[in-house]
Amino acid sequence: MSSTAAGLLQVGFLLVALAVVYRPFGDYMARVYTGTTHSRVERAIYRTARVDPGSEQRWGTYAQAVIGFSFVGVVLLIILQRVQSVLPFDFGRGNVPPGMAFNTAISFVTNTNWQSYVPEAVMGHTVQMAGLTVQNFVSGAVGMAVAVALVRGFTRDQTDRLGNFWVDLVRGTLRILLPVATLFAIVLVATGVVMSLKSGVTVDGHTVATAPVASQEAIKELGTNGGGVLNANSAHPFENPNGWSNLVEIFLILLIPVCLTRTFGTMVGNRKQGHVLLGVMGVLWSAMLAVIWTAEANGLRPLEGKETRFGIPSSALFADTTTATSTGAVNAMHDSFTGLGGGGTLLNMLFGEMTPGGVGTGLYSILVMAIIAMFLAGLMVGRTPEYLGKKLGRREVTAAAVSILAMPTVVLIGAGIAAILPSTQGALNNPGPHGLSEILYAYASASNNNGSAFAGITVTGDWFQASLGVCMALGRFLPIIAVLCLAGSLARQKKVPVTAGTLPTTGPLFATLLTGAIVLVAALTFIPALALGPIAEALL
Amino acid sequence: MTTTTQRTPEQTRQTPIPGRQVSPGIFNPRQLLVSFPDALRKFHPRHQLRNPVMFVVWVGSILVTVFAIGDPSVFTIAVAVWLWATVLFANLAEAVAEGRGKAQAESLRKTKKDAVARLTTGETVPGTELRIGDLVVVEAGEVIPGDGDVVEGIATVDESAITGESAPVIRESGGDRSAVTGGTTVLSDRIIVKITTKPGESFVDRMIALVEGAERQKTPNEIALTILLSTLTIIFLLAVVALQPFAVFSGGQQSVIVLTALLVCLIPTTIGALLSAIGIAGMDRLVQRNVLATSGKAVEAAGDIDTLLLDKTGTITWGNRRATGFIPVGGASLDDLVDAARLSSLADGTPEGRSIVDLAVTEYGRSAEPTDREKTGEFVPFTAQTRTSGIDLGDRRIRKGAASGFVLTGETRRVVDEISAQGGTPLVVADNDAVLGVIRLSDVVKPGMRERFAELRAMGIRTVMVTGDNPLTAKAIAAEAGVDDYLAEAKPEDKMALIRAEQEGGKLVAMTGDGTNDAPALAQSDVGVAMNTGTSAAKEAGNMVDLDSDPTKLIEIVEIGKQLLITRGALTTFSVANDLAKYFAILPAMFAAIHPQLGGLNVMGLHSPNSAILSAVVFNALIIVVLIPLALRGVRYKPASASALLRRNLLIYGLGGIVTPFAGIWLIDLLVRLIPGIG
Repeated sequence: MSSTAAGLLQVGFLLVALAVVYRPFGDYMARVYTGTTHSRVERAIYRTARVDPGSEQRWGTYAQAVIGFSFVGVVLLIILQRVQSVLPFDFGRGNVPPGMAFNTAISFVTNTNWQSYVPEAVMGHTVQMAGLTVQNFVSGAVGMAVAVALVRGFTRDQTDRLGNFWVDLVRGTLRILLPVATLFAIVLVATGVVMSLKSGVTVDGHTVATAPVASQEAIKELGTNGGGVLNANSAHPFENPNGWSNLVEIFLILLIPVCLTRTFGTMVGNRKQGHVLLGVMGVLWSAMLAVIWTAEANGLRPLEGKETRFGIPSSALFADTTTATSTGAVNAMHDSFTGLGGGGTLLNMLFGEMTPGGVGTGLYSILVMAIIAMFLAGLMVGRTPEYLGKKLGRREVTAAAVSILAMPTVVLIGAGIAAILPSTQGALNNPGPHGLSEILYAYASASNNNGSAFAGITVTGDWFQASLGVCMALGRFLPIIAVLCLAGSLARQKKVPVTAGTLPTTGPLFATLLTGAIVLVAALTFIPALALGPIAEALL
Repeated sequence: MTTTTQRTPEQTRQTPIPGRQVSPGIFNPRQLLVSFPDALRKFHPRHQLRNPVMFVVWVGSILVTVFAIGDPSVFTIAVAVWLWATVLFANLAEAVAEGRGKAQAESLRKTKKDAVARLTTGETVPGTELRIGDLVVVEAGEVIPGDGDVVEGIATVDESAITGESAPVIRESGGDRSAVTGGTTVLSDRIIVKITTKPGESFVDRMIALVEGAERQKTPNEIALTILLSTLTIIFLLAVVALQPFAVFSGGQQSVIVLTALLVCLIPTTIGALLSAIGIAGMDRLVQRNVLATSGKAVEAAGDIDTLLLDKTGTITWGNRRATGFIPVGGASLDDLVDAARLSSLADGTPEGRSIVDLAVTEYGRSAEPTDREKTGEFVPFTAQTRTSGIDLGDRRIRKGAASGFVLTGETRRVVDEISAQGGTPLVVADNDAVLGVIRLSDVVKPGMRERFAELRAMGIRTVMVTGDNPLTAKAIAAEAGVDDYLAEAKPEDKMALIRAEQEGGKLVAMTGDGTNDAPALAQSDVGVAMNTGTSAAKEAGNMVDLDSDPTKLIEIVEIGKQLLITRGALTTFSVANDLAKYFAILPAMFAAIHPQLGGLNVMGLHSPNSAILSAVVFNALIIVVLIPLALRGVRYKPASASALLRRNLLIYGLGGIVTPFAGIWLIDLLVRLIPGIG
């Protein structure tokens, strides 16, 4: 079988698998977030944490809870890393340096999983399991909670309550992430992924590091986290041994972001609203896959930086998926991609991580973009703009604008400063356009909470540790606050009935408009920067 | 089912033109010249600060000017000049829009002059010192000194100063025709007017403020759009500012002039420059149609209307019932019936009576004038007891009247019931107690109404007819006129309840009204259009006044409201879509020196880096001037479904916005390259 045919077959498998789970899993998630009963374990958690699961929060309180919870997560994670030397299973790796601990803590709490460290040299199993893995779960659940709060903004009528963050967090973790991750950890072990508490195995005198990989691998993909237990990430045979494990991992990455569109459609009472979002996500994901795949297949050295056991199609499929979902796991070296292919992965992130984006973040990001698109569309049909029965006025547009502004601001300022710092030249492997691409990629990855590395850039210096940490935090929490504010203002509104004059948001016209808006916003914002990086490189 | 046979001149005047589109306003290039001084005044920073997008251009112009002085060359000076031109053109657009209103305000001011009020107490005070509640005497030839209600007398009034309509109107005390407007002239008779507004807040004052745009506040949608435009401006500011470090990194530092030029080209200057002109012109279009809105918000709300309440009488139908058919019964011939009906109505001065004669004349060739013999007949007027009227001619006693005034056979009863069921009013005609037949009186629906309601339906607006008629009649008229729903036997409180119920469901309701009992409903509705002929109470309660007192005007108001939003949306889309071409012009010009391969992006084949950048700047400025007429006129609006509108506007202004600048910049470059020092 040719490599192309094998690739297409994999894509086919993937789509069929997603189609099969789309309805049941999407509806299941809707039930999770709309149900009124609490399991015994959940009740025990609420009692311990002194949370009244029956009370609901205003957007401000909800946002405070998100920020507070995340802040505590960062502090705990820093402490855990800084006292690693006294923890079991540290294998003498010692305390993590302060800058790296700061960067890593923010990275995992913000669901970015940018790794400035070499895991098998720096992190022991305790920090991995009790720190990083825990954040892999809860940071994903936070993203989903925010998305659900925004959806409630659309479904609710004249209320200032958006739900209870603690309930959403606990349910997302216990009822969605934990069971699915457990199941797939076993599946991954079956495909050959390592699960061991030993520090490594020695073969022919060479020691190869091992870790409890499978358990973390499942949530690494499912929660669109992407932080590898081993430095080579999913290119490492212990994390991703073969074609089947590769396919399972890609499936896990896409599972929640894709099915959340169903959850959304179910919750707003019109599944077509979810289908159209999925359609837009699908079109852009497919288009970028085609770009990356074609670019890589026609590159000068097509297999450079790629695992021979995956080949070009599987590497392109993984690269497209991981950058379009804010995951950041990699099974190939993006730095070795062609100008166009690497630019494709970069553009995927610059779309704002909504094709289909990370768990929860993808849904709320595309909804914000839909609001902007519908605002213009509403004007163009001569009515005060509305979306899903809510008017888009000053407050809504402001909140949506802030949410959209955050990422480009952080990327451009961060990358701009980095480009002129004298120290940067020393951190880069490549001069010229490719060097600029490396800088852009690093800041796009951090600010979009993707976490994948173009590599080719040494990011352990203080500037990078600090600035990328700040980018990750701002890129995560500014949009979250704006989105929750948006949700609050939507929920307060009275629902506008659908009349014959309402612009339908379920057809191809809306899909085209939304796709256009996503592409145009990214293009207009980043074309100047891209021109000097990937575009200049691709035109060579 | 029914046909009109004749129309009175007054009815003809009010005929709505079926399927009329919002017509374009007039734009005369001379206006650009006239408004030039005003445009210059708008360079003041306080004025510029109000518009974030243009403020950035203004700051950019200063910056470039400073740098151009430091490094003078044809290119740097040309860029500086064209950046200033961009600001100037934006000022000009606004000044032209305001200028149109100023002329109107001038003529209105004239009406305010020299009004002297004679109080009933005998005192004489200037019109500007009148207080609410003052009673003023106005006689023929005098100007009414202030807004008020006629409390005594009846007069013909020339309202042409306000409405532009030269035919005088009748104003009388009591009823729904009592309101008079300050500045209008009494032509005959004498009236006593009770003043209802304070000086300075009168109708004319409000109108002046409105057309001058002095009190113009940004409407909610305009504010939201400004936020979006500011966001885009910030994004582009960041993109351009961040470009410099990337350029330095790549070894090709850029000059401040080039970066500023890029920034100005990218930010949405086209819509930013035209935004306030669009708003002013929208209000102006309303004024041109003789509609006064109290706020721009109301005009915007008009575009959002979901439900339209229309009074049946006078709006959907002609108002009075007209004879539309003769149905003989019991062996009587049609000719006998027509003759008897005509005879009975010859001396009947009621509109119904006249319409019976009209029908006999036009359809059956009878004479409109009574013969000498017929003149000898004695007219028997209608009384509540007999419920009939008619004529006694020799020994013939001819009567016509409601069915209850006659003894009916089964056949006649069937005809009567059938007419009632169709929404008509049956009048039985009898000659000496022998029933000859039945006259059908129908409420005649104005021509073109069905088409207009179909248009409204296409726009997604539901029309509800409100009538005091019984449900049967209401249903028939509703079906004939093609309205979506009707409210029969409606009392003012029913209307109110209907509005509340619609609003409860989140819908926006518009209505027209003129009577005092319409005032609460006018106030409750989201868009309430009061007729100028109506009472002061109604005019106060509504948020718009129609000087022509044409209830179908509401449909045009809705269209103007929609057109206003569409113009903003379309030009925003156009403005943003333009950026693509500008990137293709400027980026290769900036960076082909360090990355020669980027020269491949110069798809327009622009002559040199300098000519490319200057051409983009010139295009960016000129497009504002080119689009001023469109901003003032509004984009073409034809009632259609939301999807159809969006598709059309996306094609024209989205796709058009991508293509136009490629052609425009290329053309400008052909000229610019000829300038020595640029080429």
